Amino acid sequence: MNMKVNLAGVEFKNPVMEASGTFGSGAEYSEFVDLNRLGAVVTKGVANVPWPGNPTPRIAETYGGMINAIGLQNPGIDVFTKRDIPFLKQYDTKIIVNVCGKTTEDYLEVVERLGDEPVDMLEINISCPNVKEGGIAFGQDPKAVEAITRACKAHAKQPIIMKLSPNVTDITVMAKAAEAGGADVISLINTLTGMKIDVNRRTFALANKTGGLSGPAIKPVAVRMVYQAANAVSVPIIGMGGIQNSDDALEFILAGASAVAIGTANFHNPYATVDVIDGIAKYMEKYGIDDINTLIGAVK
Amino acid sequence: MAKVKETASVISQEMLAEGIYSMWIHTEAIASQAVPGQFIDLYTKDGSKLLPRPISLCEIDREGGRLRIVYRVAGAGTEEFSHYQAGDPVDILGPLGNGFPLEEAEGKRVFLIGGGIGVPPMLETAKQLKGEKQMILGYRDSQMFLKNEFEACGPVAVATEDGSAGTRGNVLDAIRSQGLEGDLIFACGPTPMLRALKAYAAEKGMECFLSLEEKMACGIGACLACVCQSKEVDDHSHVHNKRICKDGPVFRAEEVEL
Repeated sequence: MNMKVNLAGVEFKNPVMEASGTFGSGAEYSEFVDLNRLGAVVTKGVANVPWPGNPTPRIAETYGGMINAIGLQNPGIDVFTKRDIPFLKQYDTKIIVNVCGKTTEDYLEVVERLGDEPVDMLEINISCPNVKEGGIAFGQDPKAVEAITRACKAHAKQPIIMKLSPNVTDITVMAKAAEAGGADVISLINTLTGMKIDVNRRTFALANKTGGLSGPAIKPVAVRMVYQAANAVSVPIIGMGGIQNSDDALEFILAGASAVAIGTANFHNPYATVDVIDGIAKYMEKYGIDDINTLIGAVK
Repeated sequence: MAKVKETASVISQEMLAEGIYSMWIHTEAIASQAVPGQFIDLYTKDGSKLLPRPISLCEIDREGGRLRIVYRVAGAGTEEFSHYQAGDPVDILGPLGNGFPLEEAEGKRVFLIGGGIGVPPMLETAKQLKGEKQMILGYRDSQMFLKNEFEACGPVAVATEDGSAGTRGNVLDAIRSQGLEGDLIFACGPTPMLRALKAYAAEKGMECFLSLEEKMACGIGACLACVCQSKEVDDHSHVHNKRICKDGPVFRAEEVEL
Protein backbone atom coordinates (compact mmCIF):
# COMPACT_ATOMS: atom_id res chain seq x y z
CA MET A 1 0.00 0.00 0.00
CA ASN A 2 1.44 3.38 -0.98
CA MET A 3 0.58 6.42 1.11
CA LYS A 4 3.40 8.56 -0.26
CA VAL A 5 2.50 11.73 -2.07
CA ASN A 6 4.70 14.14 -3.98
CA LEU A 7 4.10 17.86 -3.92
CA ALA A 8 6.35 20.03 -6.07
CA GLY A 9 9.15 17.47 -5.98
CA VAL A 10 9.01 16.94 -2.22
CA GLU A 11 8.05 13.42 -1.20
CA PHE A 12 5.89 13.03 1.91
CA LYS A 13 5.62 9.63 3.61
CA ASN A 14 1.89 10.20 3.88
CA PRO A 15 -0.47 13.05 3.04
CA VAL A 16 -1.17 14.08 6.65
CA MET A 17 0.28 17.15 8.32
CA GLU A 18 -1.10 19.56 10.87
CA ALA A 19 -2.33 23.05 10.19
CA SER A 20 -0.12 26.01 11.01
CA GLY A 21 -0.78 27.65 14.35
CA THR A 22 -2.40 24.69 16.05
CA PHE A 23 0.76 22.72 16.78
CA GLY A 24 3.52 25.22 17.62
CA SER A 25 6.68 23.72 16.18
CA GLY A 26 5.69 20.26 17.35
CA ALA A 27 7.48 20.19 20.73
CA GLU A 28 4.35 20.22 22.88
CA TYR A 29 2.50 17.63 20.81
CA SER A 30 5.56 15.36 20.65
CA GLU A 31 4.50 14.23 24.14
CA PHE A 32 1.47 12.62 22.49
CA VAL A 33 2.37 11.99 18.86
CA ASP A 34 5.46 10.41 17.31
CA LEU A 35 6.34 13.23 14.92
CA ASN A 36 8.19 10.70 12.74
CA ARG A 37 4.80 9.40 11.67
CA LEU A 38 3.60 12.68 10.17
CA GLY A 39 3.92 13.54 6.49
CA ALA A 40 5.13 16.95 7.59
CA VAL A 41 5.14 19.36 10.49
CA VAL A 42 3.83 22.77 9.50
CA THR A 43 5.12 25.35 11.96
CA LYS A 44 3.26 28.24 13.45
CA GLY A 45 3.75 31.43 11.42
CA VAL A 46 7.12 33.10 11.88
CA ALA A 47 7.94 36.71 11.08
CA ASN A 48 11.19 38.64 10.70
CA VAL A 49 10.93 39.95 14.27
CA PRO A 50 9.02 38.75 17.39
CA TRP A 51 5.29 39.57 17.35
CA PRO A 52 3.38 39.92 20.64
CA GLY A 53 0.00 38.90 19.19
CA ASN A 54 -3.40 40.16 20.31
CA PRO A 55 -4.84 40.87 23.77
CA THR A 56 -6.86 38.13 25.52
CA PRO A 57 -9.38 36.60 25.36
CA ARG A 58 -7.96 35.21 22.16
CA ILE A 59 -10.35 32.28 21.66
CA ALA A 60 -13.98 31.37 22.14
CA GLU A 61 -15.83 28.14 21.53
CA THR A 62 -18.68 28.22 19.01
CA TYR A 63 -21.12 25.52 17.91
CA GLY A 64 -18.99 22.84 16.25
CA GLY A 65 -16.00 25.09 16.15
CA MET A 66 -14.10 27.94 17.69
CA ILE A 67 -13.01 31.43 16.80
CA ASN A 68 -9.49 32.61 17.46
CA ALA A 69 -7.60 35.84 17.21
CA ILE A 70 -4.14 34.91 18.46
CA GLY A 71 -2.66 37.54 16.18
CA LEU A 72 0.33 35.51 14.98
CA GLN A 73 2.32 35.75 18.19
CA ASN A 74 5.73 34.36 17.34
CA PRO A 75 9.31 34.61 18.62
CA GLY A 76 10.76 35.83 15.30
CA ILE A 77 13.05 34.16 12.79
CA ASP A 78 16.28 34.41 14.85
CA VAL A 79 14.98 32.25 17.68
CA PHE A 80 13.07 30.07 15.26
CA THR A 81 16.15 29.06 13.28
CA LYS A 82 18.21 28.44 16.43
CA ARG A 83 15.58 26.55 18.41
CA ASP A 84 12.66 25.23 16.37
CA ILE A 85 14.40 24.01 13.22
CA PRO A 86 17.07 22.00 15.13
CA PHE A 87 14.25 20.48 17.21
CA LEU A 88 12.36 19.38 14.10
CA LYS A 89 15.50 18.06 12.40
CA GLN A 90 15.61 15.30 15.03
CA TYR A 91 12.60 13.75 13.32
CA ASP A 92 12.14 11.92 10.05
CA THR A 93 9.40 14.19 8.75
CA LYS A 94 9.25 17.05 6.30
CA ILE A 95 9.43 20.59 7.66
CA ILE A 96 7.14 23.27 6.29
CA VAL A 97 7.68 26.74 7.73
CA ASN A 98 4.72 29.10 7.73
CA VAL A 99 5.87 32.64 6.93
CA CYS A 100 4.01 35.79 7.96
CA GLY A 101 4.71 39.47 7.56
CA LYS A 102 3.24 42.94 7.59
CA THR A 103 4.89 44.10 4.38
CA THR A 104 6.28 42.36 1.31
CA GLU A 105 9.77 43.15 2.62
CA ASP A 106 8.98 41.36 5.91
CA TYR A 107 7.93 38.23 4.04
CA LEU A 108 11.00 38.33 1.81
CA GLU A 109 13.34 38.77 4.76
CA VAL A 110 11.98 35.58 6.35
CA VAL A 111 11.97 33.71 3.03
CA GLU A 112 15.62 34.63 2.46
CA ARG A 113 16.65 33.77 6.00
CA LEU A 114 15.16 30.32 5.49
CA GLY A 115 16.95 29.81 2.17
CA ASP A 116 19.92 27.99 3.67
CA GLU A 117 18.03 26.31 6.47
CA PRO A 118 17.16 22.60 6.27
CA VAL A 119 13.46 23.11 5.67
CA ASP A 120 11.53 21.46 2.87
CA MET A 121 8.88 23.99 1.92
CA LEU A 122 7.64 27.44 2.85
CA GLU A 123 3.98 28.19 3.39
CA ILE A 124 3.29 31.87 2.81
CA ASN A 125 0.46 33.03 5.06
CA ILE A 126 -1.45 35.72 3.17
CA SER A 127 -4.72 34.90 4.84
CA CYS A 128 -4.59 35.50 8.58
CA PRO A 129 -7.78 37.42 9.41
CA ASN A 130 -6.54 38.55 12.82
CA VAL A 131 -3.79 41.04 12.14
CA LYS A 132 -4.40 44.56 10.99
CA GLU A 133 -1.53 44.79 8.56
CA GLY A 134 -0.22 42.11 6.25
CA GLY A 135 -1.86 38.72 6.37
CA ILE A 136 -5.25 38.99 4.81
CA ALA A 137 -4.49 42.36 3.21
CA PHE A 138 -2.47 40.35 0.70
CA GLY A 139 -5.00 37.56 0.36
CA GLN A 140 -8.21 39.19 -0.81
CA ASP A 141 -7.04 40.95 -3.95
CA PRO A 142 -5.94 38.76 -6.87
CA LYS A 143 -3.34 41.28 -8.04
CA ALA A 144 -1.83 41.40 -4.55
CA VAL A 145 -1.88 37.58 -4.32
CA GLU A 146 -0.04 37.28 -7.61
CA ALA A 147 2.49 39.98 -6.70
CA ILE A 148 3.38 38.60 -3.26
CA THR A 149 3.57 35.08 -4.71
CA ARG A 150 5.92 36.22 -7.48
CA ALA A 151 8.11 38.12 -5.02
CA CYS A 152 8.35 35.20 -2.59
CA LYS A 153 9.00 32.72 -5.39
CA ALA A 154 11.83 34.87 -6.73
CA HIS A 155 13.55 34.90 -3.32
CA ALA A 156 12.77 31.37 -2.12
CA LYS A 157 15.15 28.45 -2.41
CA GLN A 158 12.44 25.99 -1.35
CA PRO A 159 9.12 25.35 -3.10
CA ILE A 160 6.44 27.73 -1.85
CA ILE A 161 2.90 27.04 -0.75
CA MET A 162 0.48 29.97 -0.86
CA LYS A 163 -2.10 29.70 1.92
CA LEU A 164 -5.38 31.15 0.70
CA SER A 165 -8.20 32.85 2.54
CA PRO A 166 -11.78 31.63 2.25
CA ASN A 167 -12.98 35.20 2.92
CA VAL A 168 -13.32 35.94 -0.79
CA THR A 169 -16.13 35.88 -3.31
CA ASP A 170 -14.50 33.41 -5.70
CA ILE A 171 -11.71 31.14 -4.45
CA THR A 172 -10.79 30.12 -8.01
CA VAL A 173 -9.72 33.69 -8.81
CA MET A 174 -7.28 33.63 -5.88
CA ALA A 175 -6.04 30.14 -6.69
CA LYS A 176 -5.35 31.17 -10.28
CA ALA A 177 -3.59 34.33 -9.12
CA ALA A 178 -1.30 32.30 -6.87
CA GLU A 179 -0.59 29.89 -9.69
CA ALA A 180 0.11 32.76 -12.08
CA GLY A 181 2.58 34.20 -9.56
CA GLY A 182 4.50 30.94 -9.52
CA ALA A 183 3.11 29.13 -6.48
CA ASP A 184 4.32 25.54 -6.33
CA VAL A 185 1.43 24.44 -4.12
CA ILE A 186 -1.64 26.12 -2.65
CA SER A 187 -3.16 25.39 0.74
CA LEU A 188 -6.69 26.18 1.79
CA ILE A 189 -8.69 27.12 3.67
CA ASN A 190 -7.51 29.47 6.38
CA THR A 191 -10.20 30.43 8.91
CA LEU A 192 -13.48 32.17 8.09
CA THR A 193 -13.87 35.57 9.73
CA GLY A 194 -16.41 35.33 12.52
CA MET A 195 -17.70 37.01 15.66
CA LYS A 196 -19.21 35.88 18.94
CA ILE A 197 -21.02 38.05 21.43
CA ASP A 198 -21.24 37.17 25.12
CA VAL A 199 -24.85 37.99 25.88
CA ASN A 200 -24.40 37.86 29.66
CA ARG A 201 -21.53 40.35 29.69
CA ARG A 202 -22.88 42.19 26.62
CA THR A 203 -19.47 42.33 25.03
CA PHE A 204 -17.45 40.63 22.32
CA ALA A 205 -16.18 37.19 23.26
CA LEU A 206 -12.77 38.08 21.79
CA ALA A 207 -10.70 41.13 22.64
CA ASN A 208 -10.11 41.50 18.91
CA LYS A 209 -13.91 41.54 18.33
CA THR A 210 -13.57 39.31 15.25
CA GLY A 211 -11.70 36.04 14.92
CA GLY A 212 -11.13 33.15 12.57
CA LEU A 213 -13.71 30.37 12.68
CA SER A 214 -12.31 26.85 12.50
CA GLY A 215 -13.39 23.33 13.35
CA PRO A 216 -15.93 20.91 11.88
CA ALA A 217 -18.47 23.72 11.40
CA ILE A 218 -16.47 24.99 8.40
CA LYS A 219 -15.68 21.65 6.76
CA PRO A 220 -18.34 21.71 4.01
CA VAL A 221 -17.19 25.19 2.98
CA ALA A 222 -13.59 24.01 2.89
CA VAL A 223 -14.37 20.86 0.86
CA ARG A 224 -16.31 22.94 -1.66
CA MET A 225 -13.46 25.44 -2.02
CA VAL A 226 -10.83 22.71 -2.39
CA TYR A 227 -12.96 21.09 -5.09
CA GLN A 228 -13.38 24.41 -6.92
CA ALA A 229 -9.67 25.26 -6.66
CA ALA A 230 -8.61 21.79 -7.77
CA ASN A 231 -10.69 22.21 -10.90
CA ALA A 232 -9.28 25.68 -11.57
CA VAL A 233 -5.52 25.16 -11.21
CA SER A 234 -3.00 22.43 -11.88
CA VAL A 235 -0.71 22.96 -8.89
CA PRO A 236 -1.19 20.52 -6.01
CA ILE A 237 -3.44 21.46 -3.10
CA ILE A 238 -3.14 20.93 0.63
CA GLY A 239 -6.70 20.81 1.94
CA MET A 240 -7.79 21.73 5.43
CA GLY A 241 -10.73 23.07 7.37
CA GLY A 242 -12.49 21.12 10.09
CA ILE A 243 -10.90 17.72 9.55
CA GLN A 244 -11.50 15.58 12.66
CA ASN A 245 -11.05 12.04 11.37
CA SER A 246 -9.94 9.99 8.38
CA ASP A 247 -13.30 10.20 6.60
CA ASP A 248 -13.09 13.98 6.77
CA ALA A 249 -9.54 13.84 5.39
CA LEU A 250 -10.64 11.52 2.58
CA GLU A 251 -13.37 13.98 1.58
CA PHE A 252 -10.68 16.57 0.91
CA ILE A 253 -8.50 14.08 -0.97
CA LEU A 254 -11.41 12.90 -3.10
CA ALA A 255 -12.29 16.55 -3.77
CA GLY A 256 -8.80 17.12 -5.15
CA ALA A 257 -6.35 17.70 -2.29
CA SER A 258 -2.98 15.95 -2.57
CA ALA A 259 -2.43 16.33 1.15
CA VAL A 260 -4.44 17.37 4.19
CA ALA A 261 -3.81 19.31 7.37
CA ILE A 262 -5.35 18.77 10.81
CA GLY A 263 -5.91 21.91 12.86
CA THR A 264 -8.51 22.50 15.53
CA ALA A 265 -9.03 18.74 16.00
CA ASN A 266 -5.66 18.62 17.78
CA PHE A 267 -7.19 20.59 20.65
CA HIS A 268 -10.00 18.08 21.01
CA ASN A 269 -7.82 15.05 20.42
CA PRO A 270 -4.03 15.42 20.65
CA TYR A 271 -3.70 12.15 18.71
CA ALA A 272 -5.85 13.41 15.81
CA THR A 273 -2.99 13.43 13.26
CA VAL A 274 -1.96 9.82 13.78
CA ASP A 275 -5.59 8.72 14.11
CA VAL A 276 -6.21 10.18 10.63
CA ILE A 277 -3.14 8.42 9.19
CA ASP A 278 -4.24 5.08 10.66
CA GLY A 279 -7.80 5.64 9.48
CA ILE A 280 -6.73 6.36 5.90
CA ALA A 281 -4.66 3.16 5.89
CA LYS A 282 -7.68 1.16 7.10
CA TYR A 283 -9.87 2.73 4.44
CA MET A 284 -7.37 1.82 1.72
CA GLU A 285 -7.21 -1.73 3.01
CA LYS A 286 -11.00 -2.00 3.20
CA TYR A 287 -11.49 -0.87 -0.39
CA GLY A 288 -8.36 -2.53 -1.81
CA ILE A 289 -6.69 0.72 -2.81
CA ASP A 290 -2.97 0.25 -3.50
CA ASP A 291 -1.99 3.86 -4.05
CA ILE A 292 -3.44 6.89 -2.32
CA ASN A 293 -2.66 8.97 -5.39
CA THR A 294 -5.52 7.24 -7.20
CA LEU A 295 -7.93 8.84 -4.72
CA ILE A 296 -6.80 12.42 -5.30
CA GLY A 297 -9.61 14.24 -7.07
CA ALA A 298 -11.39 10.95 -7.77
CA VAL A 299 -14.81 12.50 -7.25
CA LYS A 300 -15.46 14.63 -10.31
CA MET B 1 6.62 12.52 33.95
CA ALA B 2 4.37 12.72 30.95
CA LYS B 3 0.96 14.11 30.28
CA VAL B 4 -1.75 11.52 29.75
CA LYS B 5 -5.04 11.65 27.88
CA GLU B 6 -7.34 8.88 28.88
CA THR B 7 -10.89 7.81 29.44
CA ALA B 8 -11.11 7.72 33.21
CA SER B 9 -14.12 6.85 35.34
CA VAL B 10 -16.18 8.85 37.77
CA ILE B 11 -16.04 7.51 41.33
CA SER B 12 -18.57 9.87 42.88
CA GLN B 13 -20.22 13.22 42.45
CA GLU B 14 -22.04 15.53 44.83
CA MET B 15 -23.27 19.11 44.92
CA LEU B 16 -21.49 21.13 47.62
CA ALA B 17 -23.34 24.42 47.17
CA GLU B 18 -25.62 26.02 44.60
CA GLY B 19 -23.92 25.30 41.25
CA ILE B 20 -20.72 23.96 42.88
CA TYR B 21 -19.96 20.28 42.33
CA SER B 22 -17.35 17.88 43.64
CA MET B 23 -16.28 14.93 41.52
CA TRP B 24 -13.81 12.16 42.34
CA ILE B 25 -12.21 10.57 39.28
CA HIS B 26 -10.30 7.31 39.09
CA THR B 27 -7.10 7.92 37.10
CA GLU B 28 -3.93 6.24 38.32
CA ALA B 29 -1.83 7.59 35.47
CA ILE B 30 -2.58 11.24 36.24
CA ALA B 31 -3.02 11.03 40.02
CA SER B 32 0.37 9.34 40.39
CA GLN B 33 2.21 12.40 39.10
CA ALA B 34 -0.06 15.35 39.93
CA VAL B 35 0.99 18.13 42.32
CA PRO B 36 -1.08 20.85 44.05
CA GLY B 37 -1.99 23.79 41.84
CA GLN B 38 -2.01 21.74 38.64
CA PHE B 39 -5.16 21.24 36.57
CA ILE B 40 -6.72 18.74 34.19
CA ASP B 41 -8.68 19.21 30.98
CA LEU B 42 -12.10 17.57 30.79
CA TYR B 43 -13.71 16.87 27.40
CA THR B 44 -17.47 16.94 26.94
CA LYS B 45 -19.31 14.14 25.16
CA ASP B 46 -21.12 16.67 22.97
CA GLY B 47 -19.44 16.84 19.56
CA SER B 48 -20.52 20.45 19.10
CA LYS B 49 -18.22 21.44 21.98
CA LEU B 50 -14.67 20.95 20.85
CA LEU B 51 -12.57 22.53 23.52
CA PRO B 52 -11.60 20.88 26.77
CA ARG B 53 -12.56 22.56 30.05
CA PRO B 54 -9.58 23.25 32.31
CA ILE B 55 -10.40 22.50 35.96
CA SER B 56 -8.00 22.71 38.90
CA LEU B 57 -7.21 19.78 41.16
CA CYS B 58 -8.83 20.03 44.58
CA GLU B 59 -7.39 16.84 46.01
CA ILE B 60 -4.82 14.29 44.87
CA ASP B 61 -4.84 10.74 46.20
CA ARG B 62 -1.71 9.19 44.73
CA GLU B 63 -1.98 5.86 46.52
CA GLY B 64 -5.64 5.45 45.61
CA GLY B 65 -5.14 6.70 42.02
CA ARG B 66 -7.87 9.29 42.50
CA LEU B 67 -8.29 12.97 41.75
CA ARG B 68 -10.93 15.32 43.08
CA ILE B 69 -12.17 18.35 41.20
CA VAL B 70 -14.52 20.95 42.61
CA TYR B 71 -15.98 23.18 39.92
CA ARG B 72 -18.69 25.69 39.22
CA VAL B 73 -21.32 25.10 36.54
CA ALA B 74 -20.52 28.03 34.26
CA GLY B 75 -21.95 26.84 30.96
CA ALA B 76 -23.27 23.85 29.06
CA GLY B 77 -19.96 21.95 29.29
CA THR B 78 -19.67 22.04 33.07
CA GLU B 79 -23.44 21.46 33.23
CA GLU B 80 -22.86 18.17 31.40
CA PHE B 81 -20.09 17.19 33.84
CA SER B 82 -22.39 17.89 36.78
CA HIS B 83 -24.73 15.10 35.63
CA TYR B 84 -22.04 12.41 35.57
CA GLN B 85 -22.64 9.59 38.03
CA ALA B 86 -20.39 6.97 39.60
CA GLY B 87 -19.08 4.64 36.91
CA ASP B 88 -19.53 7.06 34.04
CA PRO B 89 -16.56 7.49 31.70
CA VAL B 90 -14.89 10.90 31.50
CA ASP B 91 -12.18 11.92 29.03
CA ILE B 92 -9.40 13.84 30.71
CA LEU B 93 -5.91 15.15 29.97
CA GLY B 94 -3.33 15.91 32.57
CA PRO B 95 -1.62 16.73 34.74
CA LEU B 96 -1.26 20.20 33.26
CA GLY B 97 0.66 23.28 34.38
CA ASN B 98 3.26 23.75 37.07
CA GLY B 99 1.58 23.93 40.50
CA PHE B 100 2.46 25.87 43.65
CA PRO B 101 6.16 25.81 44.61
CA LEU B 102 5.80 24.28 48.09
CA GLU B 103 9.57 24.31 48.57
CA GLU B 104 9.50 28.13 48.55
CA ALA B 105 7.30 28.03 51.66
CA GLU B 106 9.73 26.18 53.90
CA GLY B 107 10.16 27.89 57.25
CA LYS B 108 7.78 30.68 56.31
CA ARG B 109 4.35 31.74 57.59
CA VAL B 110 2.12 31.06 54.60
CA PHE B 111 -1.21 32.60 53.59
CA LEU B 112 -3.24 30.19 51.48
CA ILE B 113 -5.88 32.34 49.83
CA GLY B 114 -8.78 31.21 47.67
CA GLY B 115 -11.56 33.34 46.24
CA GLY B 116 -14.77 31.84 44.84
CA ILE B 117 -14.03 28.96 42.51
CA GLY B 118 -10.35 29.65 43.24
CA VAL B 119 -10.88 28.03 46.66
CA PRO B 120 -10.65 24.35 45.57
CA PRO B 121 -7.00 24.20 44.40
CA MET B 122 -5.90 25.60 47.74
CA LEU B 123 -7.18 22.48 49.57
CA GLU B 124 -4.57 20.04 48.28
CA THR B 125 -1.98 22.81 48.64
CA ALA B 126 -3.02 23.18 52.31
CA LYS B 127 -2.90 19.43 52.85
CA GLN B 128 0.61 19.06 51.44
CA LEU B 129 2.10 22.20 52.94
CA LYS B 130 4.01 21.57 56.16
CA GLY B 131 4.65 24.36 58.61
CA GLU B 132 2.75 27.45 59.67
CA LYS B 133 -0.19 28.29 57.48
CA GLN B 134 -3.25 30.50 57.57
CA MET B 135 -6.12 29.88 55.19
CA ILE B 136 -8.16 32.86 53.99
CA LEU B 137 -11.22 31.99 51.93
CA GLY B 138 -13.49 34.38 50.09
CA TYR B 139 -17.08 33.45 49.23
CA ARG B 140 -20.12 35.21 47.82
CA ASP B 141 -22.34 34.19 50.73
CA SER B 142 -22.71 31.66 53.52
CA GLN B 143 -22.53 28.68 51.13
CA MET B 144 -18.92 28.12 52.16
CA PHE B 145 -18.01 24.98 50.23
CA LEU B 146 -14.92 23.09 51.45
CA LYS B 147 -14.53 25.31 54.52
CA ASN B 148 -14.80 22.37 56.93
CA GLU B 149 -12.12 20.50 55.04
CA PHE B 150 -9.75 23.45 55.24
CA GLU B 151 -10.34 23.67 58.99
CA ALA B 152 -8.82 20.20 59.33
CA CYS B 153 -5.57 21.69 57.92
CA GLY B 154 -5.25 24.74 60.19
CA PRO B 155 -6.77 28.11 61.03
CA VAL B 156 -9.30 29.48 58.52
CA ALA B 157 -10.42 33.09 58.10
CA VAL B 158 -13.45 33.76 55.94
CA ALA B 159 -14.77 36.75 54.02
CA THR B 160 -18.19 36.87 52.38
CA GLU B 161 -19.36 39.48 49.91
CA ASP B 162 -22.77 39.71 51.55
CA GLY B 163 -21.40 39.65 55.09
CA SER B 164 -23.43 36.58 56.00
CA ALA B 165 -20.37 34.89 57.51
CA GLY B 166 -16.89 36.01 58.57
CA THR B 167 -15.65 39.41 57.51
CA ARG B 168 -17.92 41.34 55.14
CA GLY B 169 -15.99 42.03 51.95
CA ASN B 170 -13.06 40.28 50.32
CA VAL B 171 -10.09 38.25 51.48
CA LEU B 172 -7.96 41.36 52.03
CA ASP B 173 -10.65 42.78 54.27
CA ALA B 174 -10.46 39.56 56.30
CA ILE B 175 -6.66 39.74 56.52
CA ARG B 176 -6.72 43.35 57.68
CA SER B 177 -9.64 43.11 60.09
CA GLN B 178 -8.16 40.06 61.78
CA GLY B 179 -4.62 41.47 61.81
CA LEU B 180 -3.19 38.40 60.09
CA GLU B 181 0.52 38.36 59.31
CA GLY B 182 2.54 36.16 57.01
CA ASP B 183 5.68 35.90 54.87
CA LEU B 184 4.39 34.29 51.70
CA ILE B 185 1.14 34.07 49.73
CA PHE B 186 -0.21 31.25 47.60
CA ALA B 187 -3.48 32.36 45.98
CA CYS B 188 -6.09 31.47 43.39
CA GLY B 189 -9.18 33.47 42.51
CA PRO B 190 -10.62 36.16 40.27
CA THR B 191 -8.21 38.62 38.65
CA PRO B 192 -9.26 41.66 40.74
CA MET B 193 -8.46 39.66 43.88
CA LEU B 194 -5.10 38.57 42.52
CA ARG B 195 -4.27 42.12 41.48
CA ALA B 196 -5.08 43.38 44.99
CA LEU B 197 -3.00 40.61 46.58
CA LYS B 198 -0.06 41.41 44.37
CA ALA B 199 -0.18 45.04 45.51
CA TYR B 200 -0.66 43.97 49.15
CA ALA B 201 2.32 41.58 49.00
CA ALA B 202 4.52 44.28 47.47
CA GLU B 203 3.46 46.72 50.18
CA LYS B 204 4.17 44.22 52.96
CA GLY B 205 7.33 42.80 51.41
CA MET B 206 5.77 39.33 51.16
CA GLU B 207 6.59 36.73 48.55
CA CYS B 208 3.54 36.01 46.43
CA PHE B 209 2.54 33.25 44.01
CA LEU B 210 -0.70 33.58 42.03
CA SER B 211 -2.64 31.02 39.97
CA LEU B 212 -4.05 32.66 36.85
CA GLU B 213 -6.91 31.76 34.55
CA GLU B 214 -7.66 32.44 30.88
CA LYS B 215 -9.65 30.88 28.04
CA MET B 216 -7.66 27.87 26.85
CA ALA B 217 -7.67 25.64 23.80
CA CYS B 218 -4.88 23.06 23.62
CA GLY B 219 -3.96 23.11 27.33
CA ILE B 220 -0.35 22.11 26.61
CA GLY B 221 1.35 25.30 25.44
CA ALA B 222 1.03 25.00 21.67
CA CYS B 223 -1.81 27.29 20.61
CA LEU B 224 -0.89 30.50 22.51
CA ALA B 225 -4.51 31.27 23.38
CA CYS B 226 -4.10 31.59 27.17
CA VAL B 227 -1.25 34.04 27.51
CA CYS B 228 -0.75 36.58 30.26
CA GLN B 229 1.51 39.60 30.10
CA SER B 230 4.93 39.13 31.61
CA LYS B 231 7.13 41.85 33.08
CA GLU B 232 10.22 40.68 31.24
CA VAL B 233 10.59 39.20 27.78
CA ASP B 234 9.74 35.52 28.21
CA ASP B 235 12.38 32.90 27.37
CA HIS B 236 10.00 30.86 25.26
CA SER B 237 7.82 33.45 23.51
CA HIS B 238 10.54 36.13 23.20
CA VAL B 239 7.80 38.71 23.76
CA HIS B 240 6.11 39.90 26.97
CA ASN B 241 3.78 36.91 27.09
CA LYS B 242 3.73 33.73 29.13
CA ARG B 243 1.53 30.71 28.54
CA ILE B 244 -0.78 30.18 31.51
CA CYS B 245 -1.39 26.50 30.69
CA LYS B 246 2.27 25.58 30.37
CA ASP B 247 4.44 28.22 32.09
CA GLY B 248 1.74 28.66 34.78
CA PRO B 249 -0.94 28.63 35.94
CA VAL B 250 1.11 29.61 39.03
CA PHE B 251 3.43 32.57 38.61
CA ARG B 252 5.52 34.63 40.97
CA ALA B 253 3.44 37.83 41.26
CA GLU B 254 6.26 40.11 40.10
CA GLU B 255 6.62 38.08 36.89
CA VAL B 256 3.20 38.98 35.53
CA GLU B 257 1.20 42.12 34.74
CA LEU B 258 -2.37 41.79 35.94
